[in-house]
Amino acid sequence: MIRKFINGIGLFFLMLAASSPSYAFKEGRGPGEIPDIPGGWQHLFNEMLIDITVIGIIFAAITIYFLIRYRRRHPGQEGRPPKLTVAAAVGWALIPAFIFMADDLYLAAEGWTLYNDYRTVPENAYEVKLEGAMWSWNFTYPEGVETVNELRVPAGTPIVVRMTSRDVVHSFFLPDFKVKEDLMPGRVTYLWFYPKEPGEHLITCAEYCGVIHSSMRGTIIAMPKDEFNKWIEAEKKASAEGGA
Amino acid sequence: MYTASQTISHKGGFGQTLKEWIFTIDHKRIGILYLIGSLAAFAVAGLMAVLIRIELGSIGPTITNPQTYNTWLYFHGAAMILAFQIPALTGFLANYLVPLMIGAKDMAFPRLNALSLWLFWAGIIVALLTFVIPDSPDIMWTGYPPYSLRSGGNTAFYVFTVHLMGFSSIVGGINLITTIIYMRAPGMTWGKLNIFVWSTLGAFILQLVFIPVLAAAVTMLLLDKYIGTHFFDPSAGGDVLLYQNLFWFYSHPAVYVILLPTIGIMFEIIATFAKNRVFNYKMVVYGGIGGVVLLSGEVWIHHLFTSGMPDWIRLGMMVSTLMISVPVGLLMIGLIGTLYRGAIQYTTPMLYAVGFIFLFLIGGLTGIPNAMTAIDLYIHDTHFIVGHFHYVMAVSGTFAIFGSVFYLFPKMTGKMYNETLGKIGFVITFIGVNVTFFTMMVVGIKGMPRRYFDYQQFPQLEGLQYMVTVGAFIIGLGALITLITWIHGLAAGKKAVDNPWSSHSVEWMTSTPPPPGNFHPIPRLSEDWHPYGYGS
Repeated sequence: MIRKFINGIGLFFLMLAASSPSYAFKEGRGPGEIPDIPGGWQHLFNEMLIDITVIGIIFAAITIYFLIRYRRRHPGQEGRPPKLTVAAAVGWALIPAFIFMADDLYLAAEGWTLYNDYRTVPENAYEVKLEGAMWSWNFTYPEGVETVNELRVPAGTPIVVRMTSRDVVHSFFLPDFKVKEDLMPGRVTYLWFYPKEPGEHLITCAEYCGVIHSSMRGTIIAMPKDEFNKWIEAEKKASAEGGA
Repeated sequence: MYTASQTISHKGGFGQTLKEWIFTIDHKRIGILYLIGSLAAFAVAGLMAVLIRIELGSIGPTITNPQTYNTWLYFHGAAMILAFQIPALTGFLANYLVPLMIGAKDMAFPRLNALSLWLFWAGIIVALLTFVIPDSPDIMWTGYPPYSLRSGGNTAFYVFTVHLMGFSSIVGGINLITTIIYMRAPGMTWGKLNIFVWSTLGAFILQLVFIPVLAAAVTMLLLDKYIGTHFFDPSAGGDVLLYQNLFWFYSHPAVYVILLPTIGIMFEIIATFAKNRVFNYKMVVYGGIGGVVLLSGEVWIHHLFTSGMPDWIRLGMMVSTLMISVPVGLLMIGLIGTLYRGAIQYTTPMLYAVGFIFLFLIGGLTGIPNAMTAIDLYIHDTHFIVGHFHYVMAVSGTFAIFGSVFYLFPKMTGKMYNETLGKIGFVITFIGVNVTFFTMMVVGIKGMPRRYFDYQQFPQLEGLQYMVTVGAFIIGLGALITLITWIHGLAAGKKAVDNPWSSHSVEWMTSTPPPPGNFHPIPRLSEDWHPYGYGS
């Protein structure tokens, strides 16, 4: 009975691995095509949710069955434990171990692929420098323009942010783009994201950085490309005049 | 050999009794004093948790300011882990149970045992003093530099709490390991050790190997802050990531220091009340406990998945972290298999053990998303991880402690607790933890970062946050009823017999409560005796 269940789990994962058009085995992307990170995240997360729910329900169902089936009927009753032969004992250790390991490696393979997408910055990404401080986000554009707590970016272009910190550890967290990375003094880290459409997105700090950690937030404003170009030109001029 | 029975009379007036308790070298009294200290820390840190939840129940400042809130968070985390869970599981439980379980008169070094208790109490006092000093620490229990170096909070109190608790654990560890190796009763072979003894052995091996690393990390913090060294100061050639690596190199295995005795005592409770043999003993000991001990030191980078570590080590530790599910899965199969063809009696400790199976399933399985580096880049440092580790460590460990106090109540006090009250306390706590921590994980999936005083950027989460707060009150009520059950049992409980649970294990062979020296004479265990020899 139990063994059937256990076999069932193994079969389930085999089928999952063989049949689902999973993220790991998706057809290759064309040159210059930008991976859909939030979509990939959601896909993998859903898949994992199914995986852990199925495992959880199998374990819980067996437990509940045992709890009801094997309750004590009269005082003084003792269990009738099954005699395990050496082969059965070894089997009960190795077979589940290999099933768990197979599931782990399957998930690891999928996660590995998505992680590589997370960390491979697409070509021709627009690079912005970020310095975190208690408590502000300070952006510097390649054109020399500087902004605080507001990152204006051209929509339809992948953006890479190279980050460091002036004082303590912060974490640049973009919930809409399903990504974060810490900022540390003395080290440069990076993340990239892809604002497809114009719109506003939240920036919020995810590493404890002192009294008003929870108020350390900012906004990403993705603008249409030509508007962004106009804005950056105007800013450049303004800062040049301010500097002179 | 110097033993407790020669030095302590267990008789006399109140002053005499107090003196005997304070200067005791009897492992049972030391265990109970550990329990009292850790429950005191639990009560204060639990109160902090309720206050934290009230603050988060609605958007904006509710009852306090961010500075005070951060000191509450610090105290809740540091006290719950360092002063409640680890001491209650490895101090109280291991001290009280291991010598009784292996049929020893006392620990191998009773005076060292008293030293570790005193160090623990000093640690408790230092931890509680943070409420008295004006500059109480606000550096979270992780104490990451550079914030902990720049903070106006008193980092030294944190460092000394860790030093005292760590020293106490090291002394206790040497003592326990020696006791298990050399003091087993005749006939108690390695193959007949209780699972709890094995798991304690595993936990203390981890403590001995890894605590020095944490001690080194926090000592460097102390030197950096007050002496002017630059271990963690990048402008002078230091590195902030050094601390995070050292800290988690200990603090991840610390999770298993809590997990192993938790699972160990659950095996005892389930085997006793299912009146059944532990399923596949060797798989549990070598595959489960041994596997956890071996893997525990190779996974710490998953706490640094977003800290700018090199990609190759993030991916490597993703795989090793996922592999933890193998030994832990074997332990779960052992636990559930022990129910198979048993004769299950639903007493209060058994309910805690059954509740543990379900909570640990949820907690363990929600660890898998955290282990996956790509998924973790989003859920790292959100409420999801807070919900996850409360399930897998905080609540599971607390259920083990509550369950074992009920389990050992007759042995410790000589009296029985009230079953009905105990069960009511369990049901309320069980509902409360699920309402609180499951909702917390949902909040995390929606993007709410942890350690937030306020969440104006997430107005849509207020309803869920309110629900988490309601759950916290339910847990508080359940814990209160449990406490009342214990006090009621102490004051008005019926007299307990020597072996109320009809267990075959050695700790129930002595009288209740056990006399100084435990066994007169030391039991000689026959060839066909087994701690789980039920149904034969």
